[in-house]
Amino acid sequence: MGNMIIDGQIVEFGEEKNILAVIRKAGIELPTFCYHSELSVYGACRMCMVEDKWGGTLTSCSTPPKDGMEVRTNTEKLKKHRKMILELLLANHDRDCTTCEKSGRCRLQEIALKVGVKQIRFGQEKKEIPVDDLGPSIVRNPNKCILCGDCVRACQEIQGVGVLDFAYRGSNLQVTTAFNKALHQVDCVNCGQCRVVCPTGALMIKKDIDRAYEALQDRNKRVIAQIAPAVRVAIGEEFGMEPGAITTGKIVAALRKLGFDQIFDTAVGADLTVIEEAEELMERIQNREQQAKKGKPQAQFPLFSSCCPAWFKYAEQKHPDLMGHVSSCRSPQQMFGVVIKEEFKKLYKNDDKENVVIAIMPCTAKKFEAARPENSNNGIRDVDMVITTQELAIMIQQSGIVFGELEDEALDMPFGFTSGAGVIFGVSGGVSEAVLRYYFKEKNAATLQNISYSGVRGMEGVKEASVEIDGRNVRIGVVHGLKNAESLIKKIEKGEERFDFVEVMACPGGCIGGAGQPIPQNSDVRKKRAKGIYKVDKASPIKRSEDNPAIEALYSGILISNREILHRHKHKK
Amino acid sequence: MKDSRIEVVDAVLNKYDHNKSYLIAVLQEIQNEYKYLPEDLLEQVARKLDINLSKIFSVATFYENFSLVPKGKYIIKVCDGTACHVRKSIPILNAMRKELGLDEKKHTTDDMLFTVETVSCLGACGLAPVITINDKVYAKMTPDMTVEILKTLRSEG
Repeated sequence: MGNMIIDGQIVEFGEEKNILAVIRKAGIELPTFCYHSELSVYGACRMCMVEDKWGGTLTSCSTPPKDGMEVRTNTEKLKKHRKMILELLLANHDRDCTTCEKSGRCRLQEIALKVGVKQIRFGQEKKEIPVDDLGPSIVRNPNKCILCGDCVRACQEIQGVGVLDFAYRGSNLQVTTAFNKALHQVDCVNCGQCRVVCPTGALMIKKDIDRAYEALQDRNKRVIAQIAPAVRVAIGEEFGMEPGAITTGKIVAALRKLGFDQIFDTAVGADLTVIEEAEELMERIQNREQQAKKGKPQAQFPLFSSCCPAWFKYAEQKHPDLMGHVSSCRSPQQMFGVVIKEEFKKLYKNDDKENVVIAIMPCTAKKFEAARPENSNNGIRDVDMVITTQELAIMIQQSGIVFGELEDEALDMPFGFTSGAGVIFGVSGGVSEAVLRYYFKEKNAATLQNISYSGVRGMEGVKEASVEIDGRNVRIGVVHGLKNAESLIKKIEKGEERFDFVEVMACPGGCIGGAGQPIPQNSDVRKKRAKGIYKVDKASPIKRSEDNPAIEALYSGILISNREILHRHKHKK
Repeated sequence: MKDSRIEVVDAVLNKYDHNKSYLIAVLQEIQNEYKYLPEDLLEQVARKLDINLSKIFSVATFYENFSLVPKGKYIIKVCDGTACHVRKSIPILNAMRKELGLDEKKHTTDDMLFTVETVSCLGACGLAPVITINDKVYAKMTPDMTVEILKTLRSEG
């Protein structure tokens, strides 16, 4: 606690860990490349330098505030420094801005403009490092890297995966993978959090836009969209709306304008997941109780959720021994994909149009998931392609659709209904909450409220809930960020923690914080998006997955003797 | 063969108590054994010390002394410190490269017999220009003398 003098103005500070935060609180926007409030402080880009009253310069991101401290943020000396740093960065940068996909969203471009770099006095050094675009999710172009190290820290500190690091030395310094391998050859889980923090075009989403247009143009194809819950509370940001603004109806309208034939909600897939996963969990618990009664107690491992493809890949790589404890359920995207394909085969028996399912996802790892071999049936993918929130926004812009002025439109039948339980999948804790709703059969508001207060909601990295179900105590763990998942797994292995069910989402806050979402993304934005998701749930007349008429119809229809298609490794041949 | 490689890594890691702060020492010992850092062994080190492979790659590429590519039977270091440089170490380097068909990027001959690299100072400026072959010091060299040595070594195989 104390007071600082910033540019002659007295500013009070409290718990801020650095003067940069105090300066920003005072309404002064200092430029930064390497500072993210949720990652460790690195202090490499030197853009946030301030001058103290003796004329010394210090990096505001790595200096804690002190009472009576006096700094200036915009002196001639600082301006000169910033310009020089930018000139040096740009001299070493692939400056093909007009053809760069990041143009208009690039922080290097933005700050260079703000700081007023008008010429670069140094010759341009052309680096020609090969671009890695071989993977399904992320394209890495080292020629556009400014070595801020944001991706290195995101991969390490959020996910604990750490496939990227600095390599070589001096002017040869690069951010790269071990032995310069392509991302799909190393343990990258495709979560894309690296690209969320990347200030330039060095890390980008692998775009599937052209493939989507191609399918939409093709008269012999029936193009079917499924929209993930988290997309509707984020895409508006690309069109000047507030984070959390609910735009389901507008997305449907935009997709129709783009030429999609049928538009559904992935929340239906989530409803299927809820039912399958809840039954799997209960079966497991009962099985264990029976074994214990017979005097054969089993090791206490929880059932881990399986809907997050980044977590799933991580578990496969790092904990192959735990895979037997990961739910056999396929993800909502994949469940819905296979269900749509099966249903449409039946519905359109007499036409020879090819059904193409395009999933609109907040997630880059979903692209990888859709391409996994077990998610195809006789060479036909259950989900043909995945378009991220940001890609859809680009398509809408390219097609000249004024998103903000679209009239809301409704989803198509036969999957036109969704439940609140399916929608809350988009936020960390949502899967657990939806499963709990399935267990409590009392259909009153008080039960729903009790579930929401059980501890599954909120933005903390690790949450715990204990719930009484049919006289037994069921313990649920909810984590987001694979680093948090790893520390929870360690505790479970040591026997320090006991859970019946653990929900894991790789991205901060769950799917709302996915790497396919608009940027910038920070805890503030994510909180607003989460609020939007819960608002959709509140407004939804159907709260529970099993009450969704579309689900009832499926279980008495195509799934009646074919339920195994909803599970992994059990694809109907 | 495969097992002995695993044993080498385990022995080194045991020596350093599986402590990740000794990574550089661990890498040095592996390099002493194999003359370079083989990828599969680094993968083992990463797994057993619980360090990311990218971090080990980062360390291994930062230090000039670590090599990720196999080296020849004879590792020749040409000193290019100030004293050796003014006493014409570069013509020695060029003569060797020409004799062996090497250049700035290619340091090792295809027959895996010779590796030629430069070092900044061997600390023997009084003997300039100096080269070392497998750590044996050759003082006051000339291009002709080095080529002669190369020929002798080659005939020995």
